[in-house]
Amino acid sequence: MRIIDRRQNPKGKNLGNRQRFVNRTRTQLREALAENIRRRSVSDTSSGETVTIPTDGTHEPEFKRDHSIGQRSRVLPGNKEFREGDQIQRPPQGGGSGSNASEDGEGEDDFVFTLSRDEFLDLLFEDLRLPDMVKRELKAEDAAKPKRAGFSTSGPQNRLNMVRTMRYSLARRAALGRPKPAAIEEIERELERLEAGEIQPANGRPAETRIEELKTRLKQLKRKRSKVPYIDPYDLRYNRFEHVPQPIAQAVMFCLMDVSASMNQEMKELAKRFFMLLHLFLQRHYDSVHVVFIRHTNFASEVDEDTFFHGQQTGGTIVSSALKEMLRVVEERYPTSSWNIYVAQASDGDDVPGDVKHCAELLREQILPITQYMAYVEIDPGQRLRTGFVDSDESDLWRGYEPLSQEQENFTMRRIGEPGDIYPVFHDLFRQRETTS
Amino acid sequence: MSADKPTSGTQGGGKKRGQAKGRTKAQGKKSAAPAVKSDQLLFAGADWNFDTIQRTYDAIEEIALGELGLDLYPTRLEVITAEQMLDAYASVGMPVMYSHWSFGKRFAQQETLYRKGLQSLALEIVINANPSLCYIMEENTMATQATVIAHAAMGHNHFFKHNQTFKRWTDADSILEDLRYARRLVAECEEYYGQQAVERLLDAAHALSAQGVDRDRRGDRPDLAAERRRRQEQRHAEREATDDLWLRTVPKPAGGQVREPEDEQLEAQRRSLGLPEENLLYFLEAYAPLLENWQRDLLQMVRELAAYFEPQRQTKMMNEGCATWTHYQIMNRLRDNGQIDEGTMLEFLHLHAHVIAQPTFDDRGFSGMNPYALGFAMMQDIERICTEPTEEDKAWFPQIAGNGKPHATLREAWAEFRDESFILQYLSPRLIRELRLFKLRDDSAEDNYVVEAIHDDAGYKRLRRALSEAHDPVAAQPRIEVVEANLRGDRKLYLEHRVQDRRQLDAMETRRVLRHIAFLWGYDVQLTEVDADTGERIAVHNPKD
Repeated sequence: MRIIDRRQNPKGKNLGNRQRFVNRTRTQLREALAENIRRRSVSDTSSGETVTIPTDGTHEPEFKRDHSIGQRSRVLPGNKEFREGDQIQRPPQGGGSGSNASEDGEGEDDFVFTLSRDEFLDLLFEDLRLPDMVKRELKAEDAAKPKRAGFSTSGPQNRLNMVRTMRYSLARRAALGRPKPAAIEEIERELERLEAGEIQPANGRPAETRIEELKTRLKQLKRKRSKVPYIDPYDLRYNRFEHVPQPIAQAVMFCLMDVSASMNQEMKELAKRFFMLLHLFLQRHYDSVHVVFIRHTNFASEVDEDTFFHGQQTGGTIVSSALKEMLRVVEERYPTSSWNIYVAQASDGDDVPGDVKHCAELLREQILPITQYMAYVEIDPGQRLRTGFVDSDESDLWRGYEPLSQEQENFTMRRIGEPGDIYPVFHDLFRQRETTS
Repeated sequence: MSADKPTSGTQGGGKKRGQAKGRTKAQGKKSAAPAVKSDQLLFAGADWNFDTIQRTYDAIEEIALGELGLDLYPTRLEVITAEQMLDAYASVGMPVMYSHWSFGKRFAQQETLYRKGLQSLALEIVINANPSLCYIMEENTMATQATVIAHAAMGHNHFFKHNQTFKRWTDADSILEDLRYARRLVAECEEYYGQQAVERLLDAAHALSAQGVDRDRRGDRPDLAAERRRRQEQRHAEREATDDLWLRTVPKPAGGQVREPEDEQLEAQRRSLGLPEENLLYFLEAYAPLLENWQRDLLQMVRELAAYFEPQRQTKMMNEGCATWTHYQIMNRLRDNGQIDEGTMLEFLHLHAHVIAQPTFDDRGFSGMNPYALGFAMMQDIERICTEPTEEDKAWFPQIAGNGKPHATLREAWAEFRDESFILQYLSPRLIRELRLFKLRDDSAEDNYVVEAIHDDAGYKRLRRALSEAHDPVAAQPRIEVVEANLRGDRKLYLEHRVQDRRQLDAMETRRVLRHIAFLWGYDVQLTEVDADTGERIAVHNPKD
């Protein structure tokens, strides 16, 4: 008998098969995910996901009998009171064969399994692409990161590489024959003892000759020692760093939302899901993503997530106040030179009539030039009162923004009517466009 | 192997981990054995190391070979982690397996169940190979390790080596080599023809794997790789001969392609179709007109592997019964010899009781007959009949009752029978009474279930026959045959299902499988359901319905 310890064998023997399985269920998983993201909070991005998918694509069929028809007999244990010929009422919905079916048929209706976080995000953002990842004005400028690049013979003291330096020093000392301290000590000791008369030269020469000889030798060695230094400037080596230009790996995402009375809780939920997707998406591309929540009625303020989505506030609607607040925050905390700025604005499209023009101006002149990308989603669950205007299908803000979306590349707008729209709209906004390089 | 899992997959043994874990440590330490015996103890406490395992194995083997008279393949114990156990589950218990998404699916399923705590892992897996491979989990306590060694490395091992079904269907010497070949073959095909094409074919082959076993003609088990080589050479020779002839006698067509004399081949094939044919996989592999050679190779591979698993389906109950009886004997003997302490024994009994639990039909935990329970009960019963028979036993089992040789009798039974015939031969009235078995007729045409037999004189034989049939995988499987293949005209393939007791096929599933068959056959396929008694046509299935 042999015992073999296999515990150290590589794990994940089935990763390949799992990958194949995930690929196979891709379409269904995507649908399941679109359903699934409705339940997540905006900043919950850390966990994997349990998804349930129908078994269509992964069903493995086999010839099987239909359990609901025909005659079969079963032998069961545990008879208590039955006698031959007794009739027993069927359990409701013919469930009697239920246990039997699961015995040999693996009663699989829907298939539940857990995706790892990476698998989840991969699927969620498959063929999506972040527009304009790197700040245009930054492409030339070096937001550089030092990177090790060998050794140099000059540099600041704190980058002195001791190992390298000593290696060169050792080689040089060996090559130039710098006497070792031990050699000098030995001569000195012999000299001492000769002088003290403790020993005599071996071959019978007079002690004085030997003393003289040793003294000359000692002088030579000492001279050489002082001439060949222990560490020469020639030996010094420094760690060298090169500066590699780096795209900025941090982003700030502004969530702007109208919280005036016309936005009800349902509409806020829709907006929330959209923000959440954007947050997840940005997190995949940047080292760190800050989220700034700005809500507005007729004035705007920066708030935390909870207040943003659940706080009650009433008032009129002046959209430009939110834009101004955002600009203020950017000015204060997020210098455009080191932050990628993304803006997502959600609103039901209402605005004070005179303000719309002002908003469009703000966007064109100030916001869009410093922003990587801005998405405007209009929440329109079809309940908006459409009265008074001839062209009542389009809101004030929509009409005001529309020309911008035509002329500005980094600005897009979409409508969301119900939760099911969110993922398709999001997907549409960030779809990888073949034309972009 | 756990009782509630589908049986076709995992190899050999393995028992549900009960609630045993966690309490074992304390117990092991508390009940330190008396000092006199302690030097004989194989181990103390729950922790194990390679020394204690080796020592325990040797002691167990001594009992198995000596007293029980078992005869074993050499054993290789391999210690694995829980994660590796999950991996093994996914690849149907085998250490080597080819790649396919369905294994990934199985893995995802098992993993989810396991992580949610809905299902515990098997304590061990044993592979029918020579040398026998026995995987034991590192998390097992030493008492559990001893039990699984006695169960799998002794019981299952002996059964694999001696049971006729295994001897006829499988070749323990070459199974690992065959599996390696399968993996290589699939990988090669994927490289040449693309993963998608290979998966498409394997999907179809898997759907038919239950129909890929020669239940009537047993015993042919060609070496996979050699078989493939032989066929390749044959094809090569054929092609060369044909090419030569054609090149010399027929002017080349404009496209430069040389066509094979297809009709001639088909004519020859039709003569040798050998219909009706119940082995659908074999039939398609041999005669499907459009398949490429590599596709035939893959079909053959799936078919051979299906044959490897067939004996496990046919002897599940006996195999587990044998292993459970063996571990029970051995652990008791170890206790009698003072080689294990009381704490270990208690832990073992807890585990054992969990394994052989048989909930009654009205229990919430009921999921059919537990093969461990029935198997163990029957083995014990046979032992009893051999040593202390009653008058009834003497009447029912004159050839073994009171023969005083329980071990030899059991060994013979393990070698010669499969579940179905074993029950027919050895299920005693006394055991029927103990289990309080009864037979129920479930007819969709009737409003109520009808009790057809209970544990009384009138019922014993009928119960025995019914239970025997329930343990026959051949009877459990719908019988589907190729009855006609039109190779000249529209090349349609005709299948037939002989319907017993009005038990028709599930229409949806059948359609799905037929689509796979149509893919392999390359032309239209039709399945007719015919009443086995009257010959009346009941239903017709087409892949495109």
